[in-house]
Amino acid sequence: MHKYLSIESVDKVFEGKKGDFTALTGIDLQIRKGEFVTLIGHSGCGKSTLLNLVAGLLRPSAGTILLAEHHVDGPGPDRGVVFQNHSLLPWLTCFENVYLAVERVFREPKPALRKRTHQALELVGLSHAEHKYPHEISGGMKQRVGIARALAIEPKVLLLDEPFGALDALTRATLQDELMRIVGQTGATVLMVTHDVDEAVLLSDRVVMMTNGPAATIGDILEVELPRPRERLALAHDARFMDLRAAVLEFLYEKQAHKTKARQAA
Amino acid sequence: MGALAVRKEVIPLRTSPPHPAAKVLGERADAAKARVEASTGYRRTRAPEWLPAVLAPIVGLALFVALWALVAKQGGRIPDPITVWHAAAKIFADPFYSKGPNDQGIGWNVLSSLRRVGIGFGLAALVGIPLGFVIGRFRFASGMAAPIIALLKPVSPLAWLPIGLLLFKAANPAAIYVIFVCSLWPMIVNTAVGVRQIPQDYLNVARVLNLSEWKVFTKILFPAVLPYMITGVRLSIGVAWLVIVAAEMLTGGVGIGFWVWDEWNNLKVEHIIIAIFTIGIVGLALEQALVLLARRFSYA
Repeated sequence: MHKYLSIESVDKVFEGKKGDFTALTGIDLQIRKGEFVTLIGHSGCGKSTLLNLVAGLLRPSAGTILLAEHHVDGPGPDRGVVFQNHSLLPWLTCFENVYLAVERVFREPKPALRKRTHQALELVGLSHAEHKYPHEISGGMKQRVGIARALAIEPKVLLLDEPFGALDALTRATLQDELMRIVGQTGATVLMVTHDVDEAVLLSDRVVMMTNGPAATIGDILEVELPRPRERLALAHDARFMDLRAAVLEFLYEKQAHKTKARQAA
Repeated sequence: MGALAVRKEVIPLRTSPPHPAAKVLGERADAAKARVEASTGYRRTRAPEWLPAVLAPIVGLALFVALWALVAKQGGRIPDPITVWHAAAKIFADPFYSKGPNDQGIGWNVLSSLRRVGIGFGLAALVGIPLGFVIGRFRFASGMAAPIIALLKPVSPLAWLPIGLLLFKAANPAAIYVIFVCSLWPMIVNTAVGVRQIPQDYLNVARVLNLSEWKVFTKILFPAVLPYMITGVRLSIGVAWLVIVAAEMLTGGVGIGFWVWDEWNNLKVEHIIIAIFTIGIVGLALEQALVLLARRFSYA
């Protein structure tokens, strides 16, 4: 297997006033180019921490992260990050928000940069709202702009941190379909954090299931060998989809729920 | 003891049946309502919603003027509203005359005061805003500045006036200096608070994109802090306008504060009242202008 993004024996320890807190331990994960991988687990299992390590917003306490054979050493525009709460700058229009990222990454004349920005917004279906400010558009549209901003810089890997967590179920479904289409179109490599079982199975090539923290690690990895393009409605009755879904649920609510109970009793 | 007695009287009133007079009034109102309903066909005629909003300030001001007239009637030296109105008409008929440095129109006086406030405040912004950024951004700078600000902020700006006179050896720069000092603290404190309040998400955007320091400043820090800065400006201008009157009373020259003192020496009390209203209106205008500015730069 060709390792495009490689997370090797990574630990993350947070140093606190009341002593150290081991968030992650012994994380090993290899991701192929063009692969869609989700991280799933109960809240507090450190899945966002792992994503932030790949993003370079946090530094691993031990181990290394390699992206296209380059050592990840701090944040950089070779990784496009979509944050949970969109993180658009409210004083810039949708266009300006994306343009800010584009002009940072590409050394091109202005018309070319503008063209890239237009294309990114077109890709997420927001050409009509280019000149609106974030507070003038819906939550789903904001998240699309966030995706456009992350994709516009042509990153090696797209990192999504519960991107649809704050959206209502219908909007979430629409955006999941959009994301599948965009990823299919661009062939992007994606690492996504979620706590939504259906979302994980629907979107992923592999679902990485994490054990509960502290000292969380990868519990199991589920291969999702469903053919693409995937249809939400067709899969709802698909036996393989149901089995995969059940496997994730079983991991989360049987194997990992147990630990939670034990800790509560202690 | 008195409060207890009042309480005892109030309690039975609440439980007793409605006052007979109230009942009569209520019946009359009902009858009137019935007549209105019969003639208009509407079940209930309500006053438009904007009416109380317009009416309340008018009633308030009318009561204020009435109270003032009452106080003036009691004798003493307070001129009544009509005298003041006529005096004001005369003064504002020619606000920009100039008969030497000590006898100028009210327009010149207000403009001189505004000029001092403008210069003093402008200098305070030039110093205070960058300082606020530094204090907000760097913990050590904040630790250094905290005791100084805590110590000097509660000091009346007028206490600085002798230092100003000593340093500049002239009244006008000393007054400007006082304005500078009193405007400085709100500018520093609000800018620093604004810098500290910048959501981590915005800074994370800057980090993942690896934006240059200049871009971080122009596209993230500055716009994020701007609303706080405007609040600082608003507080500063408010304080400065309060202080300039007192400072000018002490330093003399041309200015609305000096004018108040001059008219007191001339025993023209109606002019003092006109000055009070003028100071109030100018202050209100400054405040409103900055509220509008703040609204322009607030991102909901």
